[in-house]
Amino acid sequence: MIYPILRRLAQMLFVMFGISVIVFLIFFATPGADPAARIAGRNASPEVLEAVRHSFGFDRPLYVQYALMMQKIFVTGDLTSFVNRGWKVVPAVLDSIPVTLSLVFGAAVLWVVFSILIGVVAAATRDSWLDKLLMALGLLGISMPVYWVGEVMNLVSQSRYHDTWLFSWVPPLGYVNFSDDPKGWFLALVIPWITLSILYIGIYGRVLRAAIIESMQEDYIRTARAKGLSETRILLRHALRTSLIAFVTLFGLDFGALVGGSALLTEVVFGLQGIGKLTYDALQSLDLPMIMATVMYASMFVVIANAVVDFVYILLDPRVKTS
Amino acid sequence: MILSVRDLKVSFRTDDGIVRAIDGVSFDLAEGEILGVVGESGSGKTVSLLAVMGLITDPNAVIEGSIRYKGRELVGLPASELRLLRGNEIAMIFQDPMTALTPVYTIGWQIAEQIRAHQRISKAAAMKRVEELLAEVNFPNPHEAMSRYPHQLSGGMRQRAVIAMALSCSPALLVADEPTTALDVTVQAGILDLVRKLRATHNSAVVFITHDMGVVSELADRVMVMYAGRIVERGSRQDLFADSLHPYTRALLGSIPPLTGDKPHRLPAIPGSPPSLLRLPKGCAFAPRCPVRYEPCDLGKPALGDGNHAAACFRTAQP
Repeated sequence: MIYPILRRLAQMLFVMFGISVIVFLIFFATPGADPAARIAGRNASPEVLEAVRHSFGFDRPLYVQYALMMQKIFVTGDLTSFVNRGWKVVPAVLDSIPVTLSLVFGAAVLWVVFSILIGVVAAATRDSWLDKLLMALGLLGISMPVYWVGEVMNLVSQSRYHDTWLFSWVPPLGYVNFSDDPKGWFLALVIPWITLSILYIGIYGRVLRAAIIESMQEDYIRTARAKGLSETRILLRHALRTSLIAFVTLFGLDFGALVGGSALLTEVVFGLQGIGKLTYDALQSLDLPMIMATVMYASMFVVIANAVVDFVYILLDPRVKTS
Repeated sequence: MILSVRDLKVSFRTDDGIVRAIDGVSFDLAEGEILGVVGESGSGKTVSLLAVMGLITDPNAVIEGSIRYKGRELVGLPASELRLLRGNEIAMIFQDPMTALTPVYTIGWQIAEQIRAHQRISKAAAMKRVEELLAEVNFPNPHEAMSRYPHQLSGGMRQRAVIAMALSCSPALLVADEPTTALDVTVQAGILDLVRKLRATHNSAVVFITHDMGVVSELADRVMVMYAGRIVERGSRQDLFADSLHPYTRALLGSIPPLTGDKPHRLPAIPGSPPSLLRLPKGCAFAPRCPVRYEPCDLGKPALGDGNHAAACFRTAQP
C-alpha cells in the first residue's frame, strides 16, 4: 500500500515540475517580447525596469531565471505584482484559497448527494413518469448557464424578493470567514453552492442513471437475484456500488478543475474573491507574476485531485490494486 | 416430487412478433435426482429453468402453465415470496463464473451475504459457515480464499465459489446452467465430481443444463432433450443412450467421437441449423433437418408420449 502511494506522489511532483517549466517558458521565454517590460507594466520608468530585470535575473541564463521564479513563488513567497503596485502575489493567492475551497466543497457535497439520489431513483423507476421527469430536470440544469442562474438568484434573493420572509436571511454578496462567523459563512455561501451545483447535479444524475442501468444488465446482478436478495439491496449494494467507479473518475476531474479556477463565473457573479476571480483580474490587467502564481496553483490542485481519485479508486475497485 | 412443471409456456413480445421460447414443457423431478437437460443454444433449456427460478425479468415475457415446488404453485407468486425461496430452497449455478460474481466484493462477503439474507445469524457465524463451505468445495486454503476478490481466482476456483454460494443454505433444488462450459476439461471433471458428491451429502435434486452429451452420460439419472422450445425425448440415462427414439437424439449421440474402435474420418454433423423461433414450421420443428422424415412430419406437431421413456416423433416413437 505504501509503495504505490509513494510512486504516485513522485509522479505528481514530476507532473508539477513539467507544468511549471512549460508555464515559465510560455511567459518568460517567448521570443520578441521583453518579460521585464511586461512584468513592470505599461509606462514603467527605466529605474523600475532595471530593478525588475535584476530581481528576476533576466540578465542571467534561462535556468537561473526559472530557479529565481520558483524561489519567489515557493520558498520566499515574495513575488510582487508591479501592475498592482507592490501587491504581494503569494499571500493574495493564499487568501483566496479558503474562498474557492469553501465554494467548491459545499457545492460538491450538494451535487454528490443529490445526483446519487436522482440517479438511483431514476434507475429504480426506469421509464416511469418519475424517471422521465428527473431526467428532463437534469437536462434543464445542464442547459442553464451558471452565470445566468447566478444573476437570476441574485435578482430574486437580493433585490425583488429580498424583503419577503423567504429571502430576508440572505446576506449581501461577498465572503465571510468561517473562523469569524460560521453561520454567516454558511448563509453567504448557500446560494452560490446551489447555483454552482445545479449543472453538476444534472450531469452526474444522468451519468449515474445510465451506469446503474448498464450494470443491472450484468451477470452478477442475475446472481444477486438468484441469491434471493431484495431489489433494494441489489440496486444499492451491487449495481450502485459498481457504478460509482465511473462516477468518481468524473468527480475527480471536475473537482480539480473547479478548485483550480473553473468556478470563475460563480465567483464573479457572487463577488467571491476566490482563485478564479483572482486569475480573471490578473488576465484583465496582464499581471504576469500573478498569472504565473495562479496557474501554478491551479495545476497543483488538478494534479492533487487526480491523485486523490486514484487512491479512492483503489478503495472502490479491488481490481486496480493488482494491475 | 420436489418439482413438477406442467405445460410451461414462455413467450416474448418482440418487434417482429411473439417468440415462443418454451412451448408446453412438462417434467417432474424427485428428491435427490439429477436431471440432465440437453439441447442446442436457443432450444429453451436455460429459459425454462430461469422461469422456475422466477428470474425472467424481461417485462415483455409472458409465462403460462404451472410450476409446482413441493406442491406450491410458483407461477404468479408475488416477487417477495419468491425471493424467500430463491437462494434458500432453490439455488442456481451459472454458466460463466468469470462474470457471475460482483467484482468489488470478496467471495467470503458475497457468500455470507446470501446466508444472512435467509438466516438470522451473526456476521462471525456466517463467516465461519463460509469457511466450511469453501472447504467442502475443495478450496485448498478456505480461510485465505474468503478474503479473495473474484479477479484473483482462476475460472475453476470461481465456479467452486459460485457452487459454495449456491449450497450455502442447503437448497433442496439446485439448478446448474452449463456450469462446466466455460472451463477446461480437467477442471470440468473436478466440478462434475463435486456436483455428484454434493448430491450425496445434501440430497439436493439437481437440474443440470448442458449441451454436452458426454457430461450427461456421466452425471444424469434421467435426461430430457429439448429442441426449439419443446421436449423431443425424455427417459432414463440408460434408455436414452442405449435405445434412443428421436432422430435428433440419435444425431446428437452420433456426433460424439468414439473412444474405442476406428475413428471416423469426419464426425457426422446434423445438417442445417435450428429454426428461428419466429418462423417455426407448421409440422415437426426438426423435420427440415431430419433424415427420416415423411409426409405426416410436415402436417402436424408430434406429441410427446406418456411413460418413462418417450419421444415426440411420428416415425420412431409411435406404436
